[in-house]
Amino acid sequence: MMKKRLLGTTAALLAGLAAGSAHAAFSDGKIKIGVLNDQSSLYADLSGQGSVLAARMAVEDFGGSVNGTPVEIIFADHQNKADIGSNIARQWYDVEQVDAIADVPNSAVALAVSQITRDKNKVHLNSGAGTSSLTGDKCSPNTVHWTYDTWALANGTGSAVVENGGDSWFFLTADYAFGHALEGDTAAVVKEKGGQVLGEVRHPLNTADFSSFLLQAQGSGAKVIGLANAGSDTTNAIKQASEFGIVQAGQTLAGLLVFITDVHGLGLQTAQGLTLTEAFYWDLNDETRAWSKRFAEQNGGKQPTMVQAGVYGAVLHYLKALAETGDDSDGVKVVEQMKAMPTEDPLFGKGEVRVDGRTTHPMYLLQVKTPEESKGPWDYYNVVSTIPADQAFRPLDKGGCELVK
Amino acid sequence: MTELLGIPPQVLFGQVLLGLINGAFYAVLSLGLAVIFGLLNIINFAHGALYMTGAFVAWFLLSYLGLGYWWALLLSPVIVGALGMVLERTLLKRIANLDHLYGLLLTFGLALIIQGLFRNYFGSSGQPYQIPPLLAGGHNLGFMFLPNYRAWVVAASLVVCLGTWFVIERTKLGSYLRAATENPVMVQAFGIDVPRMVTLTYGFGVALAAFAGVLAAPIYQVSPQMGADLIIVVFAVVVIGGMGSILGSIVTGFGLGIVEGLTKVFYPEASSTVIFIVMAIVLLIKPAGLFGRAA
Repeated sequence: MMKKRLLGTTAALLAGLAAGSAHAAFSDGKIKIGVLNDQSSLYADLSGQGSVLAARMAVEDFGGSVNGTPVEIIFADHQNKADIGSNIARQWYDVEQVDAIADVPNSAVALAVSQITRDKNKVHLNSGAGTSSLTGDKCSPNTVHWTYDTWALANGTGSAVVENGGDSWFFLTADYAFGHALEGDTAAVVKEKGGQVLGEVRHPLNTADFSSFLLQAQGSGAKVIGLANAGSDTTNAIKQASEFGIVQAGQTLAGLLVFITDVHGLGLQTAQGLTLTEAFYWDLNDETRAWSKRFAEQNGGKQPTMVQAGVYGAVLHYLKALAETGDDSDGVKVVEQMKAMPTEDPLFGKGEVRVDGRTTHPMYLLQVKTPEESKGPWDYYNVVSTIPADQAFRPLDKGGCELVK
Repeated sequence: MTELLGIPPQVLFGQVLLGLINGAFYAVLSLGLAVIFGLLNIINFAHGALYMTGAFVAWFLLSYLGLGYWWALLLSPVIVGALGMVLERTLLKRIANLDHLYGLLLTFGLALIIQGLFRNYFGSSGQPYQIPPLLAGGHNLGFMFLPNYRAWVVAASLVVCLGTWFVIERTKLGSYLRAATENPVMVQAFGIDVPRMVTLTYGFGVALAAFAGVLAAPIYQVSPQMGADLIIVVFAVVVIGGMGSILGSIVTGFGLGIVEGLTKVFYPEASSTVIFIVMAIVLLIKPAGLFGRAA
């Protein structure tokens, strides 16, 4: 009896091994992608479970498996803390055999995860973080930065505002990696276009009351108050600026990073007229509308943000590359394959992953509709202009990335 | 023009005024905590979540029943206060005789559950809530533009704070309350229903949190984490003022609002930590807090 069972187990094991070696070298017989983002705090709406859903949709659209090997999506909450994010990343790579980590909003966490991913030679598919350092001075052969970055936002919104006469700026900046990068990139664009920066104030992340900072901005006499922050920091600042009559008094607000969920939270009454730059809007064309409809149905009626759309695009392209390499053990090789193949998906159209890890695609300069213009829920933007893929992102030679020779 | 501390006096006045406005929120919230701690000996970590619930109830009333700000100001504290009384009767009562730590853990758990539920149903980016038309707009004071709504916040908070202080420290009802904390058995022996008084007091403390939540709704995004961001600061205020001291929490609430406001001008990066620095210094010099009595 005992002997028979042992024999059976051995046979099963051998069969398993044989099957494993049959379809190439996907380690542990599974492709595992971890979505690491904010599940519980200020960025949970713009990434959170929506990003997990987007990753699952990418797997589904790819057929659920790569060359017969199943793909699994897991997720975790990094709580916007670099140490927690790093611990999860290590745990995933070392113990749970995760092959790639996707999303990772919050630039501080993203930079930490990028470094760990490089040390472990896995793949980091970033969608949520903003810092242009990820493909600049801190670029990595293991990182692909899909959706947007601070340079692209500065280039889109910053240029548009300066061209419309907003030539003196004061920044309200979130006091961490992302805020500093966004302020720096925008200040550079403003100066390049002939404008000037009159000052800035750095506020802690997750500030509730902006009145003091807004008053300082008002006192500066700048024509434009640039909000180099994100999430509830941006929405609170916009809401309170309207309360303090900043816009009525003649100053313009420039929300440098505004997501559609922020506009939804503010309401059109408060957000109307705001100029902003995004990489994706659900109502761009038939393909984005069809995909977003599927997404919203599974997301409690909420339309996707550009971050969630980017998770879809990045995961889909990663799976395509895996199908070519047939091996997930060498992260650098997989990313090289991602760079070798042009990108194409229904959300971002055609583009490429550049040698520095930056994915290029068009960016959109948008303006928030007035309540009268909007035809219904989530009908929030007018597309002012489309910035073509080759102009939307920082030129390769300007980033200082070591991979660019 | 002369300068004060390196900045023009007008700017300084403006910042002091803004600090007072933020201090008003700290005062109302820490007052609720002080009442609950002083009279019930419960460290109410759910206070922030109940403040958030107060703001959300205002939003519900507007979105689903069409009841505006003024109704919310009245109804939300009543509704959330009643919810608080249910929590007290069903949960907190059971651990009334145990160590403080149990109450802290229980209320902290409650806070996480309440926030989680709201985040699950309403997301994290918040809901819009407009300033009531009567209080829209503002006045130019010469040194700054003061929105009418902010002026109202300070006035309403002051009235509520002083009213509470008066009731507890200067009326017969207040004396019963204070006596019941000193010696509940004795007070009960005089024919006063102490358990009911405890429940009502907790309900009142919670209603104060909800009141602050409604005051905050038009200024901040009504979002599930709005209470969690604030509660730690408010606890620091209570500790600085002296745990359980009614007057202490009011005075320190406003005072620390000003300290924080000025930090936002001189060294904005530290504005989220300055209150904790003050707390550390106060605890070193006067462990019972500025207005607390040493045990």
